Amino acid sequence: MPEIIDDISAEDRKRLELSGIEFDQQKRSGTFVQRDQHIHHSSSKIEGIEMLPLDIAMNKYGWLKDYYWNLVDREKDEYTRFVADREEKEGLRGFVVIARKGSKNIFPLQSCLFMQKAEVQTVHNIIIAEEGAELHLITGCTSSIGREKGTHYGITEIYVGKDALISTTMIHTWGENIDVYPRSAAKVDENGTFLSNYVSLKPVGTVQMYPVADLTGKNSVARFNSVVLAPKGSYLDLGQRALLNGEGSSAELVSRMITSGGTVIARSHIAGISENTKGHIECKGLILEDGIIHSVPEVEGRLKNTELTHEAAVGKIARDEIEYLMARGLDEEEATATIIRGFLDVRIKGLPDSLQKEIDAAIDAAESGF
Amino acid sequence: MLKIEDLHVSVEGKEVLHDINLHIREGETHVLMGPNGSGKTSLLRSVMGFSGYEITSGSIIFKGIDITNLPLYERARYGMGLMFQRPPTISGLKLGKLLMATSGGEIGEIGRSASQMKMADFLDRDVNAGFSGGEIKRSEVLQLLIQQPDFVMLDEPESGVDLENIALIGHSIARLVEKDRHIIDRHKSGLIITHTGYILDYLDADAGHMLCDGEIKCHGNPREILKVIQEKGYQECIRCQK
Ligand SMILES: Nc1ncnc2c1ncn2[C@@H]1O[C@H](COP(=O)(O)OP(=O)(O)OP(=O)(O)O)[C@@H](O)[C@H]1O
Ligand SMILES: [Mg+2]
Repeated sequence: MPEIIDDISAEDRKRLELSGIEFDQQKRSGTFVQRDQHIHHSSSKIEGIEMLPLDIAMNKYGWLKDYYWNLVDREKDEYTRFVADREEKEGLRGFVVIARKGSKNIFPLQSCLFMQKAEVQTVHNIIIAEEGAELHLITGCTSSIGREKGTHYGITEIYVGKDALISTTMIHTWGENIDVYPRSAAKVDENGTFLSNYVSLKPVGTVQMYPVADLTGKNSVARFNSVVLAPKGSYLDLGQRALLNGEGSSAELVSRMITSGGTVIARSHIAGISENTKGHIECKGLILEDGIIHSVPEVEGRLKNTELTHEAAVGKIARDEIEYLMARGLDEEEATATIIRGFLDVRIKGLPDSLQKEIDAAIDAAESGF
Repeated sequence: MLKIEDLHVSVEGKEVLHDINLHIREGETHVLMGPNGSGKTSLLRSVMGFSGYEITSGSIIFKGIDITNLPLYERARYGMGLMFQRPPTISGLKLGKLLMATSGGEIGEIGRSASQMKMADFLDRDVNAGFSGGEIKRSEVLQLLIQQPDFVMLDEPESGVDLENIALIGHSIARLVEKDRHIIDRHKSGLIITHTGYILDYLDADAGHMLCDGEIKCHGNPREILKVIQEKGYQECIRCQK
């Protein structure tokens, strides 16, 4: 079987693996690879699930134009305009996943976005799960080691159909000089579930994003989980928003943030707009070395029958917790690392084991850097 | 095993322990009694080496070495263990993971000890999070079973424990301090804080000490000291001063 991507250094290969990319395709239901602006690979092995480059998909399915620049406004900001502009001049980049009615993938699909040489990478992705489908996708984003600078722009539009489930797990392994501007939005229909997981444990320049889930369907659910480490020099401005438009819809936004000198801004917003809606925000931050963790939780209730809560805590590891482990024989560094490992340990409901393991592995690999 | 000489300890600038002298030999287990706030927990925590307990004078000799200034974890590695009266909750850290970290990965032993302490279902829970009073004690004993210290200090192991679990905890502690072995084969030692003395139903203590206002007022037979406290209160014990 041909490699999903050739001509890459052993070091970069490792970084891709750290971002959850499997070179052994047996463990993935499908693969998309974009290196810089070049698409290397796009395929799915699962009956009923297609994974196509955006341009091919748009040609194949005329109806896709209604999904393109639909949830994300192309005029939203300079970054969306930049992508739209490039699309007109250079053609389309990025992928489309369509999970047909009732289809399901147990092993996730993977998309690999790799910046090797180009200064700028743009992608535009559309992810659709039709009625009753269950779709799991892991996206690994990496830049080649030692890159001087670069900017990544990503548009993602996600459509969760009736009774469907989409989980997206994004693991970033960028470099210190890479700036990243994802622009994502999801729409969730009746009884649909959207799980969005974000992991960034390596140095990065600037990340700025604020994905929105519009829970239009009755009893729809969204859960966002972020696990973030900001080393010195990294600046992560991360938001997550849930609009509880459907009756009985609910959302949970969970962030675990650590700074060892960098900045994390965690913005979370839940709007309780319809009857019997529920939302919870949980932000926990650990300051290992002087840096900034700025948690901005917003709960906005618009009617009586909505129940919105938030809890936020930022600080250092409690001395008595460290000493508890030291009394069992761990030295201070081991005790601290063990507590941090636990702090970052989020169990994500509805996520297949294989994906939870990828998240766990990324955290384990970062442990030596705490 | 442990020799405390003329020990003075201050907490936040206030002296809480005055001129403590205590000698526990290899194979011996002693009990420590005394009213609330008398300084029992402070003594154990000072011996273990926690921050906040400033030793202003005196020394602690452990297995022949002066450990007065040794860091906490080195004392633990050198063979000291402590059962906490009120351990902290560590959210996110699973009990099983903690045991893995402290045991060096002896999965089989963790499993066996956990079922022995009826804690197998707790390995996947956050350390001490929402544990009941009795569950906390069982978890503490489990951690000590994995750690296997030569000298173990237990801070009120039986308080808040129901009748069934007290037998489990009592027998396990007896094994920790090798009271289940013949005296010739007994090398481990212990110091147990107790208010009720229930623990004495499971192991014979070799000596008892009464701490009052930060001073050891009485050394003697633990059952006799308890009897006096029960019948006449702490006051009598202080008055007799022998
Ligand atoms: N961190 C602290 N700050 C202030 N005072 C303290 C601190 N730790 C202990 N003390 C004080 O030292 C004294 C001894 O406390 P200690 O916990 O050792 O008592 P104890 O004998 O274990 O009591 P109990 O039987 O209630 O457990 C008390 O007056 C207590 O308030
Ligand atoms: Mg006490």
